[in-house]
Amino acid sequence: MREPAPPHVRRGWIAAQAGLAVLVAAPFVLTALDRAWLLPTLTRMLAYGLGAAALDVVLGYGGLVSFGHGAFLGTGAYVAGALIHHAGAATPLLRWPVEIDGSLDALIAFPAAALAAGALAFLIGAVSLRTRGVHFIMITLAFAQMVYFLVLAIPEYGGTDGLMLPARHRLFDLPLDGDQPLYWVALVLLVGFLTIAQRSMEARFGLALRGARQNERRMRALGYPVFRIRLVAFTISGAVAGLAGAVLANQAGFVSPDLLSWQRSGELIIMVILGGQGTLFGPVLGAFALLLLEEELSAVTEHWMLVLGPLLLACVLFFRRGLWGQVVRAPAHG
Amino acid sequence: MDSLLLLEQALNGLTLGVMLFLMAAGLTLIFGVMGVINLAHGSLYMIGAFAGATVTARTGSFALGMLAGMAASALVALALELTLIRRLYARDHLDQVLATYALILIANESVKIVWGPQPIFLGTPEAFGGSVEIIPGVPYPAYRLAIIGTGLAAAAFLWWLIARTRLGMLIRAGTTHRAIVQALGVNIQALFALVFAIGGALAGLAGMMAGPLLAVQVGMGEQILILTFVVVVVGGLGSVRGAMAGAVLVGLVDTLSRAVLPVAVREVLPPSAADQVAANLGAVAVYLLMAVVLAIRPQGLVPRHA
Repeated sequence: MREPAPPHVRRGWIAAQAGLAVLVAAPFVLTALDRAWLLPTLTRMLAYGLGAAALDVVLGYGGLVSFGHGAFLGTGAYVAGALIHHAGAATPLLRWPVEIDGSLDALIAFPAAALAAGALAFLIGAVSLRTRGVHFIMITLAFAQMVYFLVLAIPEYGGTDGLMLPARHRLFDLPLDGDQPLYWVALVLLVGFLTIAQRSMEARFGLALRGARQNERRMRALGYPVFRIRLVAFTISGAVAGLAGAVLANQAGFVSPDLLSWQRSGELIIMVILGGQGTLFGPVLGAFALLLLEEELSAVTEHWMLVLGPLLLACVLFFRRGLWGQVVRAPAHG
Repeated sequence: MDSLLLLEQALNGLTLGVMLFLMAAGLTLIFGVMGVINLAHGSLYMIGAFAGATVTARTGSFALGMLAGMAASALVALALELTLIRRLYARDHLDQVLATYALILIANESVKIVWGPQPIFLGTPEAFGGSVEIIPGVPYPAYRLAIIGTGLAAAAFLWWLIARTRLGMLIRAGTTHRAIVQALGVNIQALFALVFAIGGALAGLAGMMAGPLLAVQVGMGEQILILTFVVVVVGGLGSVRGAMAGAVLVGLVDTLSRAVLPVAVREVLPPSAADQVAANLGAVAVYLLMAVVLAIRPQGLVPRHA
């Protein structure tokens, strides 16, 4: 017999479905209201929501505070961007050991972005996950900074100036031009990831990951390969963040090292915490909230960081459930 | 590259190492005693540099500026500890990271409002304006030697403070047996505030000394903060001796790789691209060092209880 889900979980489902309905309706409503120019902003929010939800798997469920997810986001963006750049310039992306050409096909570029970011996450995770707590925070931050300098070192991609992209990717030979197609791609990716992640966090893998957060020694004693479970979670999380980066690159038509910076990593953490860690939907809400706040505040004053900073402080000190916890009236986390 | 140039670069590396030590010592003391990870340590460094540069510009005295920079950073650190940081001791590291990250945002924006977004100028003090012949025929900037000297003096002072005084005894006891120290009737709150202020003063000193070499600008704190993290990871978090070892190692590796790489890269790449490639690849070396140390000794070179 399955126990009935607790009320806040049921409320969560309702809220998530309501959110999905709003997002599906948004392009039509915005077009009808002559506000279609807001769609690129929504696409950006969806992409950051995807990145934040990916981080939540590691941070919220795994209890591993990664301060380096900007590196995965940026790597995905640069892989997607570089493929477009080389396709436009008709030069190979890589000459050695195998020759790889640029590509405008989204079915090649997006998986490639996820694969590259995932591989990077695997390497960084394999070293960083040997440590705990504060060490892990500092090491992920430091490795992300290393990736930042590595990308800056490639002369082809414009260094600090970034790289303008001549086109967008094409999906099934249809260009992702205009605002709507890319919005739908971002929405499908986000919903797909949330569905899979939600299930796997309730399944054996997710339970093991959460168990390791609560009591690592006991999980070890039970015979769970804690390191391997965490490494898998970290790798997947990095790959999905890379996917989010590929969307961002297409949306902006531009990639810059700013995407790889430690500020980006910090913002992703803020999104997760603002929305509510360990809830998957919360971080998406957090991403929407933070970007909205940024948009509104920066229109009012250039010193909007002076508002964001104290707000974040207040959040940490007094408002620990996050927005999602508020929405579904969940019992306080931890 | 000839050996004289190598010596010069090694001294440059030591200069960077000394500044990193001042930062890492404060960070590691604060973590060791209070268990707090302070991202805003870089902001204290920045505040020291800005306050010091302003006082130097007003009075014309670098020494006064240095005192002012240290005092400003120490006071800001003290105020932060009393109002905010002490609420974070019982929280997990994630909350500490977020709260101190918020402090970075506030500090950077406030400095931008007060001093503007442009870098401000801080010249080398006149007394150390020239150069000294370290070996006959090899001149080296006196100011950099003065930094190394000051840093070593600060390290010696820290050693004396921690190993030879009652306060140091309490700090050492606090890092290993915090609850017992408290149970013995020591005012642990005052001790924490004092340690935080000491860390702030060290960061302010580092920022002020770095001023004439690097730019005094918004964001300078984060550049050195991330390198400082590398230092404490390499050296072992919570150990001042580890901070010393890590700082010297990271300073040397960073400076030497940036010096050696351009020469090597220019052999394979056209000069227009070579500088960009070399400058950034040189910056990567310290992170590789960190990865290697982690792979061999995850607890750092000189762990806390060694």
